[in-house]
Amino acid sequence: MNKTINQKAWFFVIPVFVLVAFNAAIPLMTVVNYSFQETFGNNVFAWEGTRWFKQILLSERFHAALGRQIAFTFIILLIQIPLGIGIALTMPKKGWGVPVCLILMSMPLLIPWNVVGAMWNIFALPDIGFLGHSLNGLGFDYNFTQQPGDAWFTTILMDVWHWTSLVVLLSYAGLNSIQPAYYQAAEIDGASRWATFRYIELPKMKKVLTLAILLRFMDSFMIYTEPFVLTGGGPGNTTAFLSIDLVKMALGQFDLGPAAAMSLIYFFIVLLVCWVFYNLMMKNEAQS
Amino acid sequence: MKKYKWLVPTLYIIFLMLPIYWLINMSFKTTTEIINTYSLWPQKFTTENYVKIFTDSTWYMGYVNSITYTVFNTVISVAAALPAAYAFSRYKFLGDKHLFFWLLTNRMAPPAVFALPFFQFYSSVNLFDTHIAVALSHCLFNIPLAVWILEGFMSAVPKELDETAYVDGYSFGRFFFKIFVPTIAAGIGITMFFCFMFSWVELLLAKTLTATEAKPIAATMTRTASTSGYELGLLAAAGTLTIIPGAIVIYFVKDYIAKGFAMGRV
Repeated sequence: MNKTINQKAWFFVIPVFVLVAFNAAIPLMTVVNYSFQETFGNNVFAWEGTRWFKQILLSERFHAALGRQIAFTFIILLIQIPLGIGIALTMPKKGWGVPVCLILMSMPLLIPWNVVGAMWNIFALPDIGFLGHSLNGLGFDYNFTQQPGDAWFTTILMDVWHWTSLVVLLSYAGLNSIQPAYYQAAEIDGASRWATFRYIELPKMKKVLTLAILLRFMDSFMIYTEPFVLTGGGPGNTTAFLSIDLVKMALGQFDLGPAAAMSLIYFFIVLLVCWVFYNLMMKNEAQS
Repeated sequence: MKKYKWLVPTLYIIFLMLPIYWLINMSFKTTTEIINTYSLWPQKFTTENYVKIFTDSTWYMGYVNSITYTVFNTVISVAAALPAAYAFSRYKFLGDKHLFFWLLTNRMAPPAVFALPFFQFYSSVNLFDTHIAVALSHCLFNIPLAVWILEGFMSAVPKELDETAYVDGYSFGRFFFKIFVPTIAAGIGITMFFCFMFSWVELLLAKTLTATEAKPIAATMTRTASTSGYELGLLAAAGTLTIIPGAIVIYFVKDYIAKGFAMGRV
């Protein structure tokens, strides 16, 4: 659409601008403030320069949390994106199956995140949970509260349960926007199922898939509540992802300076990755 | 191969339903039964967990609080996002692209980063422990989302609609509310759905900003768990009840969901 240039359009944006600035800019300035100072309580501050940033960037604890976070995000993207596409491809296209699938699949998306954690906690408990009980019955030595490997397995399974539907819904919408003529053409050319997927469906889903990856990256990188309720970051620190570690530092230990510095570094990483993705996405949009 | 296609979504749905079934199963058991016996369905069926929730005000007020701030937030987000999305979809103005990306960055901000400053900020303006504080703080991620979705829907409406209305002598306000808003009603519905959803499921900020007066149900659950040992049956019943508002909302917007996603925005 060709848009007209109109500077008065700013007036329409003012309410949004004020509300978001009120929420984002002021608290963010507080964080920036803390990140450069030492606090002694009672509003007494001392300038610390970049000390906290250096401390965080060099600390083993931050490296470990960041490493866990990257591993977690990478694994769930690797599982959820292909799985989501696969399920979307096999979903019914018309009939009573469509609303049934849509409603049931959206369910996990609308459950409060701590309930998701609590639900999986009960579900996975080795003695009284269905998952834990069944796995132990099958001869696996499974206990997610004691063994780091099992804790990771459960956390990842929980996230797959929670968020794969988002990828499914997005892919499904992308698939639905393909005109039947494309499929007819593929059939006339005698294209194999794989060729149809590779040259028709996948390119048409490119936009929604970029979006799915972007959303899943952002949200999994910020994950807090679900693993916090499920494992509490444990056993030990093995499932303490960035947000869990940050909240522990800020609200638990009240180390405001280092916590603020860590917040900014954390935010910067998310921003950087999203900026790259966003530009890629906009470039695609401009091309098509 | 084609014959067994239905198996994949069916298995997936079974996988989705299992933990939910387990939660519901637990909610009809007494805590003693949960701890002492493993069974696929309640042996001694009881509704006492639900009775407790509906008769104890610290429990049911949690639901009232959650729904109150969620509704506040949905209304504020959509009301503020409507004109902004219109501006983004129709006009070019100074800094529009940067502003749009800046808005989106707030959707990317980890709530954990904002928890502490929010606490201090809302305490200093005397809004701590009010519904409006939670509703406003959730605007941080819901307004960018609302602008993003609405902009997608509005851009799909041809500009000729606006121009014809002006030629017919409509003022901007009358055009916007009488013609434009009804045209994108589906989009507004979808937007409200997502605002409701993300405000309803968020806990970290809601918990940080409240103490007693506006405490969300989700926080009531975590606090009960830590103070009086694990009352698993009660916890399961409370959890089951939090699924219901979401399920109702999904039912009403099911026809729009696919359409909303098809816009490529969410």
